[in-house]
Amino acid sequence: MFGKKRVAIVGAGLTLFRRNLKETGKELAYEASKMALDAAGMELSDIQSVVMGTAPDAFDGVHMKGEYLADGAGARNKPYVRVYVGGGTGVFTPLAGWWHVASGQFDTCLVVCEEKMSSCFPHPAYAFTTIFDNILARPLGTTLIWIFALEMHRYMHKHNIKKEQIARVAVKNKRNALDHPCAQLAANITVEDVLNSEIMCWPVQRLDISPTSDGAAALVLASEDVAKKVTDNPVWIDGVGWCIDSTIWTNRDLYYPDYVEYAARMAYKMAGIKNPPKEIDLAEPYDPFDYKELHHMEGLLLCRKGEAPKLTEEGVTARDGDLPICPSGGLLGVGNPIAAAGAMKVCEVFWQLRGEAGKRQVPGDPRTGVAQAWGDLMQYGSVIVLRR
Amino acid sequence: MSEKIKSYPGFRIKTADLREGKVPFEAWRPRVRYAWSAGIAMSRFLEELKNGRIIATYCNKCGRIMVPPRVFCEQCFKPVDGWKYVKDTGTINTYSVSFIAGDASRIKEPIIVAVIDIDGASPGMGILHKIGEINWKEVKFGMKVKAVWKPPEERVGSITDIKYFKPIREETL
Ligand SMILES: [Zn+2]
Repeated sequence: MFGKKRVAIVGAGLTLFRRNLKETGKELAYEASKMALDAAGMELSDIQSVVMGTAPDAFDGVHMKGEYLADGAGARNKPYVRVYVGGGTGVFTPLAGWWHVASGQFDTCLVVCEEKMSSCFPHPAYAFTTIFDNILARPLGTTLIWIFALEMHRYMHKHNIKKEQIARVAVKNKRNALDHPCAQLAANITVEDVLNSEIMCWPVQRLDISPTSDGAAALVLASEDVAKKVTDNPVWIDGVGWCIDSTIWTNRDLYYPDYVEYAARMAYKMAGIKNPPKEIDLAEPYDPFDYKELHHMEGLLLCRKGEAPKLTEEGVTARDGDLPICPSGGLLGVGNPIAAAGAMKVCEVFWQLRGEAGKRQVPGDPRTGVAQAWGDLMQYGSVIVLRR
Repeated sequence: MSEKIKSYPGFRIKTADLREGKVPFEAWRPRVRYAWSAGIAMSRFLEELKNGRIIATYCNKCGRIMVPPRVFCEQCFKPVDGWKYVKDTGTINTYSVSFIAGDASRIKEPIIVAVIDIDGASPGMGILHKIGEINWKEVKFGMKVKAVWKPPEERVGSITDIKYFKPIREETL
């Protein structure tokens, strides 16, 4: 066993994801936290530690965002920390919660992720410009979409992948999201709709991208002894992995995310997974763009390099396929309040493994699922393996 | 969502509701600016750009000639062993074509952006820059390109001292 104690997820909560919600970030954090506690049948007094995940402060214009959100996360007078690894935050935050409990230091940990992107004007895209290298990249007017388009194009070039193949991911995920009550961009669209949508930064088009969103998600983590007292069906955190590559991304071959593979190998080793496609029943890889789902399936070793588009075409990754990918609807369909979006994926795997996903439930009584997020300058991977 | 949960919190408003004051709000604009010292490695790099040259650093342990230059090798975690001029030509490793500005509004002339692997540096040592003097539909992976410099009197020691990279046509080789 890794750590002193085995750790389970015993409750999850989620708010609506929308372009603009009236609630403050603090209020959203409270709503998700309270829902997760209620689902676990626990009170705040049962919680011994709190971990908050939230991404760039520039969205909110509130620099001490961890402190600002603390009350909403139920952290008053408790051990509390905010963690931040860019887009990787939403899956990394449960990992940080895991070590709080696995270390034996705490029996319980409330994990809360929040993002409110709507407060930033004229567009939250401007807030992203503060992440770039201040000497070499910013003077050129670099935008987030430029660099992701560079990565997408490199990936397409390396494996000779067509845009039609990638568009299928957007079609699948937006359709899956029709069954998600929190979804912001659920839709029945076609590959042609994606290919005919406005070109943002070639090869990225409007429907290749997830939206900007407000929202929050929360999870209650408990040690084995506590988990078995509060629930008959705990979901175990059996594998954790995280990894960062060099920030000098122009010196890396962007066609493949090595750092995701390293994070996945760390998590699989801990979970005793030797053959990921056989042993993993469903996955929620990070999909802020449609190509990222494919890129991350490969990094997660769910298929060979360059093979993910083919599996998608063959329907293997559909909700009723052999290896369902993003049955939630993902960021493309449910929305992308950055840290909350990654945590939404962990919530989804939790609900899927408990058989509570309703219309979104993948068939075949899944036992093992993986969620992954990606962030910073195309360099960070965070991976969690859950089992029932 | 769990099927056990019947309703999800969240009260949707429109961005226009904020602009038009239909919901109570407070607005604020930061009044700060930043000026960064370029650092040891980048200061030399920028000074050389002013001279119309691209400079790298090299590490004798891993054997890499690195652009952009750095004072320590992040792989070997030791000081680099020296400076070396590299060429102002390179190869397009990947590219994208932006039709939007930073605020997502449309722009008239698309901007071609590329990672350019610099000749004379180790393989895969690329820098981010723009491509010019070519229609975006004609740009190709692996295309050879050369820096187009601003006139010396207009250079200030910035990455923008290179206006863009242009394709090296067959006849100019
Ligand atoms: Zn070295």
